[in-house]
Amino acid sequence: MAKVRGAIVVDTERCKGCDLCVVACPTDVIALNTQLNGKGFNPAYPANHDACTGCMSCALVCPDMCITVYRYKPQKEAV
Amino acid sequence: MSEILTPEEIIKKGELVFKKTKFMTDANLSYCPGCGHGVAHRITMEVIEEMGIGEQTIGVAPVGCSVLAYDFMNIDMQQAAHGRAPAVATGIKRVFPEKYVFTYQGDGDLAAIGTNETIHACNRAENIVIIFINNGIYGMTGGQMAPTTLEGMKSSTSPYGRDVSTMGHPIKITEMVAMLPGVCYATRHAVHKPGLVRKAKKAIRKAFENQRDKKGTSIVEIVSNCNSGWKMTPVDANIWLEENMLPVFPLGDIKG
Repeated sequence: MAKVRGAIVVDTERCKGCDLCVVACPTDVIALNTQLNGKGFNPAYPANHDACTGCMSCALVCPDMCITVYRYKPQKEAV
Repeated sequence: MSEILTPEEIIKKGELVFKKTKFMTDANLSYCPGCGHGVAHRITMEVIEEMGIGEQTIGVAPVGCSVLAYDFMNIDMQQAAHGRAPAVATGIKRVFPEKYVFTYQGDGDLAAIGTNETIHACNRAENIVIIFINNGIYGMTGGQMAPTTLEGMKSSTSPYGRDVSTMGHPIKITEMVAMLPGVCYATRHAVHKPGLVRKAKKAIRKAFENQRDKKGTSIVEIVSNCNSGWKMTPVDANIWLEENMLPVFPLGDIKG
């Protein structure tokens, strides 16, 4: 049961809170933070980070390039 | 091995699969939240990075929302007068035939004031790439009606909706120029869904490869949203785009 796991890093100061990544995420990882960023937007943050698979859907639709995606494949370690 | 890794450990141990391309500057994009311009900028620059042609590429920025594209694209850029980007790109390409030249234009720029330049650059088979962002409205100036505005669509200069009997039909520039023998590749894409972003990127790559192979003009239309101009949230604007724009501007290759 080697499950691919992912993680995202959101540049909250760059984020404009457009909500597109929240809709694009197939595993409902991302939500908008109630805390505002410096520009007064509600930035995206990984609310349910354990469900992330590193599929990059959020990063592909993000117009402001705020999201960096990492992916980890457990079977790689066994080899 | 069913170890549970924390996100921090994944970031440390895992591989980096996506980050901002170095050909986009760190400047904050001046576009509205959710605007398709950001994605279109990014995929263009990613293609340039993947083809390794960053130092040989010259972009021509238009007038419109993307007028500041030279602030965001970390390559050589030239500003053109309103609608004249294909004419300026023609000049640049003829002086530097070995460089890659592309124009990045919106629908108010390319389909309205610049129709003449666009059609004649395509007709001369100028070896350039035209990236055409179609959002059916003049975004920067406050949501006025553009030639590509849909029938019945409300804008600040057509408050009762576009009436085709007096205002004409939405113009399909990509289909028009596809008829010209000088155009080797005409295609239409969208960037509101992850799968469509991948397809649009492939199309832009093919367009730059056509330029490398000296095949003629390539035009890549990207149907995008304008949530401020349409007076919607970004998510609603993408749904509206899918339901209303795409039937009029169907996606796919038109030529090539």
